[in-house]
Amino acid sequence: MDTSINNAIDNLARQVASSTIVNPLLIGIHTGGVWVAELLHQKIGFSEELGTLDISFYRDDFSRVGLNPQVKASFLPVRIEDRNIILIDDVLYTGRTIRAALNEIFSYGRPASVKLGVLIKRTGRELPIQSDFIGMELDLDIHQQAKLYRDNDKLGLSVEEVNISEK
Amino acid sequence: MITNFPVQFDENGRLRHFLTIQGLSAETLITILDIAHSFIDFGKREIKKIPLMRGKTVVNLFFEPSTRTRTTFEIGAKRLSADVVNMNATRMSTTKGESILDTVKTLEAMHTDMFVVRDHESGSAQLIASHLPDYVRVINAGDGRHEHPTQAMLDMFTIRQQKQDFSKLRIAIVGDILHSRVARSQIHALNILGVREIRVIGPRTLIPTNIETLGVNYVNNMKDGLDNVDVVIMLRIQRERMDGQLIPSEQEYFARYGLTQKTLNFAKSDAIVMHPGPINRGLEISSRVADGSRSVILDQVTNGIAVRMSIMAHLMGG
Repeated sequence: MDTSINNAIDNLARQVASSTIVNPLLIGIHTGGVWVAELLHQKIGFSEELGTLDISFYRDDFSRVGLNPQVKASFLPVRIEDRNIILIDDVLYTGRTIRAALNEIFSYGRPASVKLGVLIKRTGRELPIQSDFIGMELDLDIHQQAKLYRDNDKLGLSVEEVNISEK
Repeated sequence: MITNFPVQFDENGRLRHFLTIQGLSAETLITILDIAHSFIDFGKREIKKIPLMRGKTVVNLFFEPSTRTRTTFEIGAKRLSADVVNMNATRMSTTKGESILDTVKTLEAMHTDMFVVRDHESGSAQLIASHLPDYVRVINAGDGRHEHPTQAMLDMFTIRQQKQDFSKLRIAIVGDILHSRVARSQIHALNILGVREIRVIGPRTLIPTNIETLGVNYVNNMKDGLDNVDVVIMLRIQRERMDGQLIPSEQEYFARYGLTQKTLNFAKSDAIVMHPGPINRGLEISSRVADGSRSVILDQVTNGIAVRMSIMAHLMGG
Protein backbone atom coordinates (compact mmCIF):
# COMPACT_ATOMS: atom_id res chain seq x y z
CA MET A 1 0.00 0.00 0.00
CA ASP A 2 2.80 2.40 0.92
CA THR A 3 4.60 1.91 -2.37
CA SER A 4 1.45 2.65 -4.33
CA ILE A 5 0.94 5.86 -2.35
CA ASN A 6 4.54 6.86 -2.99
CA ASN A 7 4.09 6.12 -6.68
CA ALA A 8 0.92 8.18 -6.66
CA ILE A 9 2.71 11.12 -5.06
CA ASP A 10 5.54 10.87 -7.61
CA ASN A 11 2.98 10.71 -10.39
CA LEU A 12 1.16 13.76 -9.12
CA ALA A 13 4.40 15.69 -8.57
CA ARG A 14 5.58 14.89 -12.09
CA GLN A 15 2.33 16.14 -13.63
CA VAL A 16 2.28 19.34 -11.58
CA ALA A 17 5.98 20.03 -12.27
CA SER A 18 5.60 19.53 -16.01
CA SER A 19 2.49 21.65 -16.33
CA THR A 20 2.77 24.86 -18.29
CA ILE A 21 1.07 26.98 -15.64
CA VAL A 22 2.89 30.26 -15.12
CA ASN A 23 3.96 30.99 -11.54
CA PRO A 24 1.36 28.75 -9.87
CA LEU A 25 0.25 29.16 -6.26
CA LEU A 26 -0.13 25.84 -4.44
CA ILE A 27 -3.03 25.53 -1.96
CA GLY A 28 -3.80 22.41 0.09
CA ILE A 29 -7.19 21.58 1.62
CA HIS A 30 -7.17 20.57 5.31
CA THR A 31 -6.25 18.03 6.45
CA GLY A 32 -5.16 15.35 3.97
CA GLY A 33 -4.78 17.79 1.10
CA VAL A 34 -2.31 19.85 3.13
CA TRP A 35 -0.17 16.73 3.74
CA VAL A 36 -0.07 16.00 0.02
CA ALA A 37 0.56 19.65 -0.86
CA GLU A 38 3.46 19.82 1.63
CA LEU A 39 5.13 16.88 -0.12
CA LEU A 40 4.60 18.41 -3.55
CA HIS A 41 5.88 21.73 -2.29
CA GLN A 42 9.10 20.04 -1.13
CA LYS A 43 9.57 17.85 -4.19
CA ILE A 44 8.90 20.53 -6.77
CA GLY A 45 10.48 23.43 -4.89
CA PHE A 46 8.02 26.32 -5.02
CA SER A 47 9.47 29.67 -3.98
CA GLU A 48 6.27 30.88 -2.31
CA GLU A 49 4.88 29.53 0.91
CA LEU A 50 2.14 26.92 0.70
CA GLY A 51 -1.46 28.11 1.12
CA THR A 52 -3.93 26.12 3.20
CA LEU A 53 -7.73 26.10 3.29
CA ASP A 54 -10.11 24.86 5.94
CA ILE A 55 -13.44 24.63 4.20
CA SER A 56 -15.54 23.92 7.31
CA PHE A 57 -17.37 27.24 7.06
CA TYR A 58 -18.33 26.53 3.46
CA ARG A 59 -19.58 22.97 3.78
CA ASP A 60 -23.06 22.25 2.48
CA ASP A 61 -23.83 19.78 5.28
CA PHE A 62 -23.26 22.31 8.10
CA SER A 63 -26.92 22.47 9.12
CA ARG A 64 -26.90 18.68 9.51
CA VAL A 65 -23.58 18.06 11.22
CA GLY A 66 -22.69 21.39 12.85
CA LEU A 67 -19.33 23.03 13.16
CA ASN A 68 -16.14 21.24 14.00
CA PRO A 69 -14.54 23.14 16.89
CA GLN A 70 -11.15 22.12 15.50
CA VAL A 71 -11.59 24.41 12.51
CA LYS A 72 -8.13 25.45 11.39
CA ALA A 73 -7.55 28.91 10.08
CA SER A 74 -7.21 29.16 6.35
CA PHE A 75 -3.90 30.68 5.34
CA LEU A 76 -3.10 32.23 2.01
CA PRO A 77 0.46 33.64 1.96
CA VAL A 78 -0.17 36.15 -0.84
CA ARG A 79 -3.05 37.88 -2.56
CA ILE A 80 -4.73 35.49 -4.94
CA GLU A 81 -6.02 38.17 -7.30
CA ASP A 82 -5.09 37.17 -10.90
CA ARG A 83 -3.00 34.22 -9.71
CA ASN A 84 -2.97 30.74 -11.23
CA ILE A 85 -3.91 28.40 -8.41
CA ILE A 86 -3.28 24.69 -8.12
CA LEU A 87 -5.66 23.32 -5.53
CA ILE A 88 -4.56 20.06 -3.89
CA ASP A 89 -6.73 17.50 -2.10
CA ASP A 90 -6.14 13.92 -0.99
CA VAL A 91 -9.25 12.17 -2.30
CA LEU A 92 -11.64 13.42 -4.96
CA TYR A 93 -14.97 11.76 -4.24
CA THR A 94 -18.34 13.54 -4.42
CA GLY A 95 -16.80 16.88 -5.44
CA ARG A 96 -18.52 18.75 -2.60
CA THR A 97 -15.28 19.58 -0.81
CA ILE A 98 -13.89 21.12 -3.99
CA ARG A 99 -17.09 23.10 -4.51
CA ALA A 100 -16.73 24.48 -0.97
CA ALA A 101 -13.01 25.20 -1.51
CA LEU A 102 -13.75 27.14 -4.71
CA ASN A 103 -16.32 29.24 -2.83
CA GLU A 104 -13.81 29.98 -0.11
CA ILE A 105 -11.08 30.89 -2.60
CA PHE A 106 -13.41 33.34 -4.27
CA SER A 107 -14.14 35.01 -0.93
CA TYR A 108 -10.47 36.04 -0.95
CA GLY A 109 -10.54 37.45 -4.45
CA ARG A 110 -10.64 36.54 -8.12
CA PRO A 111 -7.92 34.14 -9.29
CA ALA A 112 -6.94 33.97 -12.97
CA SER A 113 -7.40 30.19 -13.00
CA VAL A 114 -7.80 27.20 -10.69
CA LYS A 115 -6.57 23.69 -11.49
CA LEU A 116 -7.20 20.69 -9.28
CA GLY A 117 -4.63 18.08 -8.31
CA VAL A 118 -5.65 15.01 -6.28
CA LEU A 119 -3.68 12.10 -4.93
CA ILE A 120 -6.59 9.72 -5.41
CA LYS A 121 -9.39 10.07 -7.88
CA ARG A 122 -12.16 7.71 -6.91
CA THR A 123 -15.61 7.00 -8.31
CA GLY A 124 -18.75 8.66 -6.92
CA ARG A 125 -18.95 12.23 -8.19
CA GLU A 126 -22.14 14.09 -7.26
CA LEU A 127 -21.13 17.38 -8.86
CA PRO A 128 -19.64 18.26 -12.26
CA ILE A 129 -16.09 18.63 -10.91
CA GLN A 130 -12.99 17.12 -12.48
CA SER A 131 -9.32 16.82 -11.55
CA ASP A 132 -6.48 18.03 -13.78
CA PHE A 133 -3.60 16.19 -12.09
CA ILE A 134 -4.15 12.69 -10.68
CA GLY A 135 -1.87 10.51 -8.55
CA MET A 136 -3.87 7.32 -8.89
CA GLU A 137 -7.39 6.18 -9.65
CA LEU A 138 -9.51 3.90 -7.51
CA ASP A 139 -12.72 2.19 -8.50
CA LEU A 140 -14.73 2.00 -5.26
CA ASP A 141 -18.43 1.58 -4.58
CA ILE A 142 -20.47 3.75 -2.22
CA HIS A 143 -19.91 1.31 0.67
CA GLN A 144 -16.20 1.92 0.58
CA GLN A 145 -14.32 4.89 1.96
CA ALA A 146 -10.78 5.77 0.97
CA LYS A 147 -8.93 7.63 3.68
CA LEU A 148 -5.43 9.04 3.74
CA TYR A 149 -3.63 8.86 7.08
CA ARG A 150 -0.26 10.13 8.26
CA ASP A 151 1.93 8.17 10.62
CA ASN A 152 5.37 9.58 11.51
CA ASP A 153 5.42 11.72 8.36
CA LYS A 154 4.61 8.69 6.21
CA LEU A 155 1.38 8.77 4.26
CA GLY A 156 -0.75 5.68 3.96
CA LEU A 157 -4.11 4.76 2.49
CA SER A 158 -6.89 2.78 4.09
CA VAL A 159 -10.05 1.58 2.39
CA GLU A 160 -12.87 0.80 4.79
CA GLU A 161 -16.38 -0.51 4.46
CA VAL A 162 -18.86 2.08 5.70
CA ASN A 163 -22.52 2.17 6.50
CA ILE A 164 -24.03 4.53 3.92
CA SER A 165 -26.25 6.28 6.45
CA GLU A 166 -23.09 7.50 8.18
CA LYS A 167 -21.65 8.92 4.99
CA MET B 1 -26.72 21.88 36.72
CA ILE B 2 -28.57 21.54 33.44
CA THR B 3 -31.86 21.12 35.27
CA ASN B 4 -31.69 24.79 36.26
CA PHE B 5 -32.37 25.87 32.71
CA PRO B 6 -33.63 22.87 30.78
CA VAL B 7 -35.08 25.10 28.07
CA GLN B 8 -31.55 25.97 26.94
CA PHE B 9 -30.85 22.39 25.80
CA ASP B 10 -32.59 19.94 23.47
CA GLU B 11 -33.39 16.35 24.47
CA ASN B 12 -29.89 15.26 23.46
CA GLY B 13 -28.26 17.82 25.72
CA ARG B 14 -27.21 19.98 22.79
CA LEU B 15 -27.27 23.73 23.24
CA ARG B 16 -30.37 25.08 21.51
CA HIS B 17 -30.69 28.57 22.96
CA PHE B 18 -28.11 30.83 24.56
CA LEU B 19 -29.90 32.30 27.57
CA THR B 20 -27.56 32.04 30.51
CA ILE B 21 -24.00 31.02 31.28
CA GLN B 22 -25.22 29.11 34.32
CA GLY B 23 -25.28 25.37 33.76
CA LEU B 24 -22.95 25.41 30.75
CA SER B 25 -19.87 23.18 30.83
CA ALA B 26 -16.31 24.42 30.51
CA GLU B 27 -16.14 22.33 27.34
CA THR B 28 -19.05 24.24 25.78
CA LEU B 29 -17.50 27.60 26.65
CA ILE B 30 -14.12 26.55 25.24
CA THR B 31 -15.73 25.28 22.04
CA ILE B 32 -17.44 28.64 21.55
CA LEU B 33 -14.14 30.47 22.16
CA ASP B 34 -12.28 28.15 19.76
CA ILE B 35 -14.78 28.63 16.97
CA ALA B 36 -14.74 32.38 17.60
CA HIS B 37 -10.98 32.29 17.24
CA SER B 38 -11.30 30.93 13.72
CA PHE B 39 -13.65 33.82 12.86
CA ILE B 40 -11.20 36.49 14.02
CA ASP B 41 -9.10 36.72 10.86
CA PHE B 42 -12.22 36.63 8.84
CA GLY B 43 -12.90 40.35 9.26
CA LYS B 44 -9.71 41.08 7.32
CA ARG B 45 -10.80 39.22 4.21
CA GLU B 46 -11.77 40.80 0.92
CA ILE B 47 -15.25 39.32 1.09
CA LYS B 48 -16.45 39.06 4.66
CA LYS B 49 -19.15 36.49 4.12
CA ILE B 50 -19.51 32.80 4.72
CA PRO B 51 -22.62 30.80 3.93
CA LEU B 52 -23.28 29.12 7.29
CA MET B 53 -26.61 30.90 7.86
CA ARG B 54 -27.62 31.48 4.27
CA GLY B 55 -31.38 31.66 3.93
CA LYS B 56 -31.93 32.06 7.69
CA THR B 57 -33.75 35.04 9.16
CA VAL B 58 -32.52 36.64 12.36
CA VAL B 59 -34.65 39.18 14.21
CA ASN B 60 -32.86 41.54 16.60
CA LEU B 61 -35.64 42.26 19.07
CA PHE B 62 -34.50 45.05 21.34
CA PHE B 63 -36.89 46.45 23.93
CA GLU B 64 -34.03 48.45 25.40
CA PRO B 65 -31.60 50.72 23.57
CA SER B 66 -28.28 49.29 22.51
CA THR B 67 -25.57 50.27 20.07
CA ARG B 68 -22.65 47.88 20.21
CA THR B 69 -24.50 44.71 21.14
CA ARG B 70 -27.14 45.16 18.46
CA THR B 71 -24.64 46.29 15.83
CA THR B 72 -22.18 43.46 16.45
CA PHE B 73 -25.02 40.92 16.34
CA GLU B 74 -26.19 42.44 13.08
CA ILE B 75 -22.74 42.48 11.49
CA GLY B 76 -22.03 38.96 12.74
CA ALA B 77 -25.29 37.56 11.39
CA LYS B 78 -24.75 39.27 8.04
CA ARG B 79 -21.21 37.88 7.77
CA LEU B 80 -22.77 34.46 8.27
CA SER B 81 -25.06 35.32 5.31
CA ALA B 82 -28.28 35.52 7.35
CA ASP B 83 -31.00 38.06 6.63
CA VAL B 84 -31.32 40.42 9.58
CA VAL B 85 -34.27 42.48 10.72
CA ASN B 86 -33.85 45.04 13.49
CA MET B 87 -36.82 45.71 15.72
CA ASN B 88 -36.32 48.49 18.21
CA ALA B 89 -39.53 48.11 20.09
CA THR B 90 -40.80 49.76 23.22
CA ARG B 91 -43.27 48.26 25.59
CA MET B 92 -45.01 49.16 28.80
CA SER B 93 -43.55 47.36 31.75
CA THR B 94 -47.07 46.97 33.17
CA THR B 95 -48.20 44.70 30.32
CA LYS B 96 -45.63 42.16 31.45
CA GLY B 97 -45.10 39.05 29.41
CA GLU B 98 -48.20 39.24 27.27
CA SER B 99 -47.26 41.87 24.77
CA ILE B 100 -43.76 40.51 24.33
CA LEU B 101 -45.10 37.05 23.49
CA ASP B 102 -47.60 38.54 21.05
CA THR B 103 -44.79 40.37 19.29
CA VAL B 104 -42.66 37.24 19.16
CA LYS B 105 -45.49 35.02 17.91
CA THR B 106 -46.20 37.49 15.13
CA LEU B 107 -42.57 37.49 14.06
CA GLU B 108 -42.38 33.73 14.37
CA ALA B 109 -45.34 33.44 12.00
CA MET B 110 -43.10 35.14 9.44
CA HIS B 111 -40.72 32.16 9.75
CA THR B 112 -37.97 33.72 11.80
CA ASP B 113 -35.17 31.25 12.57
CA MET B 114 -33.45 33.11 15.39
CA PHE B 115 -34.35 35.83 17.87
CA VAL B 116 -31.76 37.99 19.58
CA VAL B 117 -33.60 39.51 22.52
CA ARG B 118 -32.87 42.35 24.90
CA ASP B 119 -35.37 43.39 27.52
CA HIS B 120 -35.42 45.27 30.80
CA GLU B 121 -37.11 42.37 32.55
CA SER B 122 -35.14 39.41 33.86
CA GLY B 123 -36.16 36.13 32.25
CA SER B 124 -37.66 37.56 29.04
CA ALA B 125 -35.43 35.58 26.69
CA GLN B 126 -36.20 32.39 28.56
CA LEU B 127 -39.93 33.14 28.47
CA ILE B 128 -39.74 33.64 24.71
CA ALA B 129 -37.66 30.50 24.18
CA SER B 130 -40.17 28.36 26.03
CA HIS B 131 -43.03 29.55 23.79
CA LEU B 132 -41.45 28.93 20.40
CA PRO B 133 -41.32 25.79 18.24
CA ASP B 134 -38.21 23.57 18.31
CA TYR B 135 -36.50 24.95 15.24
CA VAL B 136 -36.39 28.55 16.45
CA ARG B 137 -33.29 29.68 18.38
CA VAL B 138 -33.16 32.43 21.01
CA ILE B 139 -30.12 34.37 22.19
CA ASN B 140 -30.26 36.50 25.30
CA ALA B 141 -28.71 39.90 24.57
CA GLY B 142 -29.34 41.13 28.11
CA ASP B 143 -32.38 40.56 30.32
CA GLY B 144 -32.93 42.96 33.21
CA ARG B 145 -30.48 42.36 36.01
CA HIS B 146 -30.23 38.67 35.20
CA GLU B 147 -27.61 37.90 32.53
CA HIS B 148 -25.84 39.13 29.43
CA PRO B 149 -24.17 35.87 28.39
CA THR B 150 -22.74 36.89 25.00
CA GLN B 151 -21.02 39.88 26.60
CA ALA B 152 -19.44 37.53 29.15
CA MET B 153 -18.26 35.24 26.35
CA LEU B 154 -16.58 38.06 24.44
CA ASP B 155 -14.95 39.13 27.70
CA MET B 156 -13.67 35.58 28.24
CA PHE B 157 -12.37 35.60 24.68
CA THR B 158 -10.56 38.88 25.25
CA ILE B 159 -9.05 37.63 28.51
CA ARG B 160 -7.87 34.42 26.86
CA GLN B 161 -6.40 36.41 23.97
CA GLN B 162 -4.30 38.45 26.42
CA LYS B 163 -3.61 36.00 29.25
CA GLN B 164 -4.03 32.46 27.85
CA ASP B 165 -4.37 30.30 30.98
CA PHE B 166 -7.47 31.03 33.11
CA SER B 167 -6.34 28.93 36.07
CA LYS B 168 -3.61 31.39 37.03
CA LEU B 169 -5.71 34.54 36.93
CA ARG B 170 -6.97 36.89 39.61
CA ILE B 171 -9.79 39.04 38.30
CA ALA B 172 -11.40 42.10 39.86
CA ILE B 173 -14.85 43.36 38.86
CA VAL B 174 -15.43 46.93 40.01
CA GLY B 175 -18.62 48.93 40.38
CA ASP B 176 -22.35 48.36 40.42
CA ILE B 177 -22.52 44.59 40.79
CA LEU B 178 -26.06 44.78 42.14
CA HIS B 179 -27.66 46.02 38.93
CA SER B 180 -25.20 44.41 36.52
CA ARG B 181 -26.27 41.49 34.34
CA VAL B 182 -22.81 41.66 32.77
CA ALA B 183 -21.12 41.00 36.13
CA ARG B 184 -23.43 38.08 36.88
CA SER B 185 -22.65 36.37 33.56
CA GLN B 186 -18.95 37.10 33.91
CA ILE B 187 -18.81 35.60 37.40
CA HIS B 188 -20.48 32.38 36.19
CA ALA B 189 -18.19 32.13 33.18
CA LEU B 190 -15.00 32.84 35.14
CA ASN B 191 -15.92 30.22 37.72
CA ILE B 192 -16.73 27.62 35.07
CA LEU B 193 -13.41 28.31 33.35
CA GLY B 194 -11.66 27.90 36.69
CA VAL B 195 -9.90 31.19 37.42
CA ARG B 196 -7.84 31.41 40.58
CA GLU B 197 -9.80 34.20 42.23
CA ILE B 198 -12.64 36.61 41.49
CA ARG B 199 -12.98 39.77 43.55
CA VAL B 200 -15.82 42.24 43.43
CA ILE B 201 -15.13 45.80 44.50
CA GLY B 202 -17.60 48.60 45.15
CA PRO B 203 -19.65 50.37 47.78
CA ARG B 204 -21.63 47.90 49.88
CA THR B 205 -24.88 49.50 48.63
CA LEU B 206 -24.08 48.27 45.11
CA ILE B 207 -23.09 44.71 46.07
CA PRO B 208 -25.77 42.02 46.40
CA THR B 209 -26.03 40.48 49.85
CA ASN B 210 -24.56 36.97 49.99
CA ILE B 211 -22.41 37.74 46.94
CA GLU B 212 -19.88 35.22 48.32
CA THR B 213 -22.26 32.38 47.44
CA LEU B 214 -21.46 33.08 43.77
CA GLY B 215 -17.85 32.14 44.45
CA VAL B 216 -16.32 35.60 44.72
CA ASN B 217 -14.59 37.65 47.42
CA TYR B 218 -15.89 41.09 48.29
CA VAL B 219 -13.42 43.90 48.94
CA ASN B 220 -14.62 47.41 49.78
CA ASN B 221 -11.61 49.40 48.54
CA MET B 222 -9.49 49.59 45.41
CA LYS B 223 -6.10 49.29 47.11
CA ASP B 224 -6.74 45.83 48.58
CA GLY B 225 -9.12 44.77 45.82
CA LEU B 226 -6.74 45.39 42.94
CA ASP B 227 -3.68 44.04 44.72
CA ASN B 228 -1.96 41.50 42.45
CA VAL B 229 -4.84 41.17 39.96
CA ASP B 230 -4.28 40.29 36.28
CA VAL B 231 -7.52 41.68 34.91
CA VAL B 232 -9.55 44.72 36.01
CA ILE B 233 -13.12 44.77 34.75
CA MET B 234 -14.86 48.12 35.24
CA LEU B 235 -18.65 48.26 35.11
CA ARG B 236 -20.73 51.14 33.88
CA ILE B 237 -22.35 53.25 36.60
CA GLN B 238 -25.85 54.25 35.58
CA ARG B 239 -26.24 57.96 36.19
CA GLU B 240 -29.79 57.40 37.37
CA ARG B 241 -28.37 55.65 40.43
CA MET B 242 -26.81 58.95 41.41
CA ASP B 243 -29.82 60.07 43.40
CA GLY B 244 -27.85 59.96 46.62
CA GLN B 245 -29.35 56.78 48.02
CA LEU B 246 -26.90 54.29 46.59
CA ILE B 247 -23.99 56.57 45.76
CA PRO B 248 -23.19 59.78 47.64
CA SER B 249 -21.95 61.83 44.68
CA GLU B 250 -20.11 61.42 41.39
CA GLN B 251 -16.98 63.05 42.79
CA GLU B 252 -16.88 60.86 45.83
CA TYR B 253 -17.58 57.73 43.83
CA PHE B 254 -14.76 58.49 41.40
CA ALA B 255 -12.38 59.28 44.25
CA ARG B 256 -13.07 55.95 45.95
CA TYR B 257 -13.83 53.54 43.11
CA GLY B 258 -12.76 55.23 39.89
CA LEU B 259 -9.96 53.60 37.92
CA THR B 260 -7.11 56.05 37.40
CA GLN B 261 -3.45 55.61 36.56
CA LYS B 262 -2.81 55.76 40.29
CA THR B 263 -5.31 53.08 41.35
CA LEU B 264 -4.32 50.87 38.39
CA ASN B 265 -0.83 50.74 39.91
CA PHE B 266 -2.26 48.56 42.70
CA ALA B 267 -2.79 45.80 40.12
CA LYS B 268 -0.06 43.74 38.46
CA SER B 269 2.15 45.74 36.13
CA ASP B 270 0.81 43.83 33.13
CA ALA B 271 -2.84 43.87 34.22
CA ILE B 272 -5.37 44.60 31.48
CA VAL B 273 -8.36 46.93 31.79
CA MET B 274 -11.77 45.98 30.46
CA HIS B 275 -15.15 47.68 30.27
CA PRO B 276 -18.35 46.48 28.57
CA GLY B 277 -19.14 50.03 27.43
CA PRO B 278 -20.39 52.60 27.00
CA ILE B 279 -17.91 54.19 29.38
CA ASN B 280 -18.56 57.18 31.61
CA ARG B 281 -15.28 59.06 31.47
CA GLY B 282 -14.43 60.58 34.82
CA LEU B 283 -17.13 58.64 36.65
CA GLU B 284 -15.89 55.05 36.80
CA ILE B 285 -12.72 55.35 34.72
CA SER B 286 -10.34 58.14 33.72
CA SER B 287 -9.80 58.90 30.04
CA ARG B 288 -6.10 58.26 30.44
CA VAL B 289 -6.72 54.69 31.55
CA ALA B 290 -9.60 54.04 29.15
CA ASP B 291 -7.47 55.13 26.17
CA GLY B 292 -4.18 53.87 27.63
CA SER B 293 -1.96 51.00 26.57
CA ARG B 294 -3.39 48.52 29.09
CA SER B 295 -6.97 49.08 27.99
CA VAL B 296 -8.48 46.33 25.79
CA ILE B 297 -11.90 48.01 25.61
CA LEU B 298 -11.85 48.32 21.82
CA ASP B 299 -10.55 44.75 21.44
CA GLN B 300 -13.68 43.71 23.31
CA VAL B 301 -15.83 45.39 20.67
CA THR B 302 -13.93 43.79 17.77
CA ASN B 303 -14.00 40.38 19.44
CA GLY B 304 -17.74 40.78 20.01
CA ILE B 305 -18.42 40.15 16.33
CA ALA B 306 -16.42 36.90 16.16
CA VAL B 307 -17.82 35.61 19.46
CA ARG B 308 -21.41 36.35 18.48
CA MET B 309 -20.85 34.69 15.09
CA SER B 310 -19.54 31.67 16.92
CA ILE B 311 -22.58 31.47 19.21
CA MET B 312 -25.04 31.92 16.35
CA ALA B 313 -23.26 29.30 14.22
CA HIS B 314 -23.05 26.93 17.17
CA LEU B 315 -26.80 27.12 17.79
CA MET B 316 -27.70 26.87 14.12
CA GLY B 317 -25.59 23.87 13.11
CA GLY B 318 -26.45 20.23 13.66
